[in-house]
Amino acid sequence: MVKNEMKLQLPSRSCNESFARIAISSFFAQLDPTVDEIADIKTAVSEAVTNSIVHGYENSIGNIYIHAKILDDNKIYIKIRDKGCGIEDVEKAKEPMYTTCKTGERSGLGFTVMQSFMDKLKVNSKKGKGTTVVLTKTLRKRL
Amino acid sequence: MQKTDVKIKLEGSTMVAYLSGEIDHHCAASLRSFLDVKIQTGHPKLLILDFANISFMDSSGIGLVMGRYKLMKCIGGTLKIKNPSNQIRKVMTLAGFDKLSIVEKMKPIKRRRSEYIGKK
Repeated sequence: MVKNEMKLQLPSRSCNESFARIAISSFFAQLDPTVDEIADIKTAVSEAVTNSIVHGYENSIGNIYIHAKILDDNKIYIKIRDKGCGIEDVEKAKEPMYTTCKTGERSGLGFTVMQSFMDKLKVNSKKGKGTTVVLTKTLRKRL
Repeated sequence: MQKTDVKIKLEGSTMVAYLSGEIDHHCAASLRSFLDVKIQTGHPKLLILDFANISFMDSSGIGLVMGRYKLMKCIGGTLKIKNPSNQIRKVMTLAGFDKLSIVEKMKPIKRRRSEYIGKK
């Protein structure tokens, strides 16, 4: 059951990276997460949004759609979607240190960070259609 | 928004870059060119990146550190990282920085909750 939710739509400008991670982590603040949990969420969201900006809409500006939900048992759900160029080989893209970026200094760790900082990562992508990243995590129950 | 900033201190052949704010893809490029100019003009033997006042870093920071690590190697110097927070340390461990032994071993810095929530 969805206990609470929010939707956010932003253009893929890099100045929105910080806004996106702050907005999402602030939304989940109602669950009274630990400092480490908030840091994990912020980092994972930052990685997904940066991917949409750097790779999804490489040389253009498009919209990024974020849907955050609070589910039962302190489970959080974050969907980050773009309508950019899509990923040809998702499994390859998930490999640590793999990057298609030749000019900048991208570490190729985006998906690795998302995977290790959240409980689950799901990536759906279609070449030319866009990419959807779903992140879920169960936050520790506070007394 | 907490602005990303760097203060450089050069003592002999050691250059310390006191970073502050947040490191993401948005600010990595300007930080990179600023540091590169300082390295190329100062020619330090040791470059210390002090993360004490960095409240957030994602994998864009890994690219930034790796690039400076390579540049320092190129000019015959070394790079060290000082005072990373728990979160930054976690990201750095994923990148294998612990194996490069460039991260100074120190007790993690305790940060207040308000530094994470509501601020940039």
